[in-house]
Amino acid sequence: MPVVRWFRRVAPPLGLTLMLGGCVTDGPRSMMHPAGEVARQQMDLFMWTFWLSIAVLILVVGVLTFAIIRFRRQYTGDKDAIPNQVHGSVPLEITWTIIPVIIVILVAVPTVRAIFATEVRVTAEEGDTIVNVTGYQWWWRFEYPELGIVTANELHMPVGSRLILDLDSADVLHSFWVPKLAGKRDMIPNQENQLWLSADEPGVYYGHCAELCLGAHAYMRFRVIVDTQEDYDAWVAAFQNAGQQAETPAQPVQDAQLIDQGRALFAQKGCIGCHTVEGFASFPTGNPDYPNLTNFGLRRTVGAAVLENNRENLARWIRNPQAVKPGNYMPTLWRADDPAAEEESSAIAAYLLSLGSEGQEPRTQADARGGSDGDR
Amino acid sequence: MAIGRQPAATGDSGVLSRPTWTTGWASWLTTVDHKRLGLLYLVSSFIFLGFGSIEAFLIRLQLARPEQQLISPDVFNQMFTMHGVTMVFLAIMPMGIGFANYFVPLMIGARDLAFPRLNAFGYWVYALAGLFLYTSFFLGGAPDVGWFAYAPLTSLSNNPGNGVDFYMIALLVSGVGTLVTAMNLIVTVINLRAPGMTFMRVPLFVWMMLVTSFLIIFAFPPLTIALFQVIMDRTFGTLFYVPEAGALPILWQHLFWIFGHPEVYIIILPAFGVISEVIPTFSRKPLFGYPIMVLSGIFIGFMGFAVWSHHMFTTGLGPVANTAFALTSFVIGIPTGIKVFNWIATMWGGHVRFAVPMLYATAFLITFTLGGITGIMLAVPPFDAQVQDSYFVVAHFHFVMGGGALLSFLAALYYWFPKMTGRMIPEGLGRIAFWLVVPGFYLIFWPQHFAGMVGMPRRVQTYEANIGLDAYNMMSTAGTFVFGAGMLLVLFSAIWAIRNGKIAGDDPWDGRTLEWATTSPPPHYDFDVVPEVNDRDPVWLQKHPELLERRDAISEAADPEHMPPEHVEQESIHIPGQSWYPFIAALGTFVGSYALLYHNLFLGLFASLIIFISCYAWAFEGVGGHHEHVTPTVGGRS
Repeated sequence: MPVVRWFRRVAPPLGLTLMLGGCVTDGPRSMMHPAGEVARQQMDLFMWTFWLSIAVLILVVGVLTFAIIRFRRQYTGDKDAIPNQVHGSVPLEITWTIIPVIIVILVAVPTVRAIFATEVRVTAEEGDTIVNVTGYQWWWRFEYPELGIVTANELHMPVGSRLILDLDSADVLHSFWVPKLAGKRDMIPNQENQLWLSADEPGVYYGHCAELCLGAHAYMRFRVIVDTQEDYDAWVAAFQNAGQQAETPAQPVQDAQLIDQGRALFAQKGCIGCHTVEGFASFPTGNPDYPNLTNFGLRRTVGAAVLENNRENLARWIRNPQAVKPGNYMPTLWRADDPAAEEESSAIAAYLLSLGSEGQEPRTQADARGGSDGDR
Repeated sequence: MAIGRQPAATGDSGVLSRPTWTTGWASWLTTVDHKRLGLLYLVSSFIFLGFGSIEAFLIRLQLARPEQQLISPDVFNQMFTMHGVTMVFLAIMPMGIGFANYFVPLMIGARDLAFPRLNAFGYWVYALAGLFLYTSFFLGGAPDVGWFAYAPLTSLSNNPGNGVDFYMIALLVSGVGTLVTAMNLIVTVINLRAPGMTFMRVPLFVWMMLVTSFLIIFAFPPLTIALFQVIMDRTFGTLFYVPEAGALPILWQHLFWIFGHPEVYIIILPAFGVISEVIPTFSRKPLFGYPIMVLSGIFIGFMGFAVWSHHMFTTGLGPVANTAFALTSFVIGIPTGIKVFNWIATMWGGHVRFAVPMLYATAFLITFTLGGITGIMLAVPPFDAQVQDSYFVVAHFHFVMGGGALLSFLAALYYWFPKMTGRMIPEGLGRIAFWLVVPGFYLIFWPQHFAGMVGMPRRVQTYEANIGLDAYNMMSTAGTFVFGAGMLLVLFSAIWAIRNGKIAGDDPWDGRTLEWATTSPPPHYDFDVVPEVNDRDPVWLQKHPELLERRDAISEAADPEHMPPEHVEQESIHIPGQSWYPFIAALGTFVGSYALLYHNLFLGLFASLIIFISCYAWAFEGVGGHHEHVTPTVGGRS
């Protein structure tokens, strides 16, 4: 419909300017600039109710302002005069019963339409990407049941595909929320919730847990990375061939030693007790209830999207997790005065960064900041 | 100073003799006078408002800038939980009940509430439950699960500390106080109205308190059940909310919000009532569309029970349930809109005087309309999916709870302060405070809408820099200083005015309803002579008898043939006696709370014994009280 198209083009910028007078409306988590069909329908509904609200406000505040100015006692003169003692008016009451009824109907019709367009449970079809999401205090487990991939805190999907999420929680309530792609859906133990969404363009989209889960709730973030089909296939391949890559990291020679040291420390310090790294025959499988670190070198972030993933940040995180993300469950492995701490944490970081990385460096400043290509 | 002076009493029977103190702390512990209890409610609720504000201030300091660590996540969680619980259960709701305690009997021409001792019991249970909750800070940490304490966050395995127990027990016990007060108000309004005060002549504040009381009676039982389940889980190892055992934690949300949504109206309907008294008085016009205002209040209260799931749109109830609850939620917008239009119509054509109460009433109209509009937006499930549990919601409910209820209670404070104390809060200071409170309020909460839409979840202890949230949070925090300064000015000018304010006289605002027909402050028996009522605005009509000639002057409920007689033969007035037992029984619940908290059987039996004995003695201490003979004062329109 041309009207709808026109509304979509004109209403948001005009409305946002009106509301904010040019304040910040965009950001990597801003719902005001949706980048997927579900989020766009939700924002359209907001803009529609927003314009109706403006009409209501003009009416109410306008009449009120007029009453304040015209009927104030200074203006009406004689301070002892008694105004007409009007008790009511049936026609007026009927009028302002009908006005809100009409407004409510105007809101209700597109609302019901959008509910059934975005919230109905869907069954997977050809081309959909299916991910089982489990919320933990305070990170996210992403499992691709069809591909046998398990990863944490960064969800990859190919552009143009519909992403179907089966949401569950391992402990308390969490809520899966990527504002630019779709509104949230709660993750509740013993309840199978589903959320589906799609993205217009490749990019990196910020997510956050939206239900209080105590402790490090403020740091329970994640990323949805929408890849081109090519990149996505490469990512999937990297997981399916995890072993071969990791055993022969294509790194400069001076790092190889550090990486070997890191791998040894990873086992020695007990990291493998919890964290799974697939592809190492010598490593036991970690606990499935802790973040799987397979192909960690492909991650953009550390600690559930708290820090950008580079050697320095990663070492900082391994060295003292509580300083980076207060309240989380990762143990601190070195005493504060341990002289070996810096070197050892750095070695483990080097090892983890080597996982899955065949010398590729996909992380540019732009997409670590939130994907300028996804911000439209 | 004669604010709430206790009458001298004679004669008693029973175990403990009925106390007869007229001044001093013991007179306050044993009082059964609705005015003194009203004052106690108001003072307590303002003290708790102060506690809640300090917590809010700490929250805002922590969030002033991104990535700050002024307050640890654990303490931060306690702060927002206690802020929410305090404001909802210990500050704003009791504020409405406090005004009701003081003014419902005065407005219907009664001498007290129907059950004066029960009233005292209700107050002490509330005050001691609040005290109990606040001792949690010193006894292992306050609750940290948010004011709606979603399961399974509250289970023993997820929350081994005793903060959750404090929350559950405090709400359970304070709910008892709220329930008895609600029943007391219902019985009072139904039975103790002055001669001639038919239901369609009852002031709107009283009407709204009546609806509120019914809401309390129907809303608190589901909460009580839910609280009891969690207490059972944590004390006796039952499995109501233990997901590992297969429980469905969503049940808590249903039970909580079946209580929680009516609770919103329990808070806001008294505020509607206040506004419906203030606007007519300062416009010198009767309330426009009185019957519609009454009916829309009842309708809002009724519909309050049919919308609870709009707090749960994102929990996966499915499209059909979401549609149903969206539609019922929209429907509430209709009576609310009608109310706003009627308030404006009351001002229309009047001679509006913008004294401080009217300033707050006007601010209420705009702020509440804005909060109502975001309420309709939140009732749209697809949009709610985005903003649910974000700062947009925080902004919304502060617009209706703070901008709606709190601003209207400030209006009530300025409006009724002269009646309660006999003195005026200085007008100039009141205006200065107003221009700090309202802009400060907007500076705090307006930017939070946008913080939410830029992607800030609520209840986060910190947030990332440079993702669009910095400026909004800084504005919010700056606003707390302005708002706080205004609130402190309100407080200090009110305290100053108790002794030093200008003498108010009986009727400083040219009032319309019966509370203005007695002295300021009212005598302990409220009215020299129980007034007879012939119109909705009996005092107004009595002051302006010439209006009887004008057909527009009197409401269709008026009865011009039946004017009050000039002089009534005065019977002696029965003054109810003071009693220790309500306070002691409440003290028993206080001790019992700790027994339940620490699983201490001995203490529990001791507390039960206190409650049992005090109830028994209460029942058998006899009628008590005494009779007073009052000569009607000349000119004291009574």
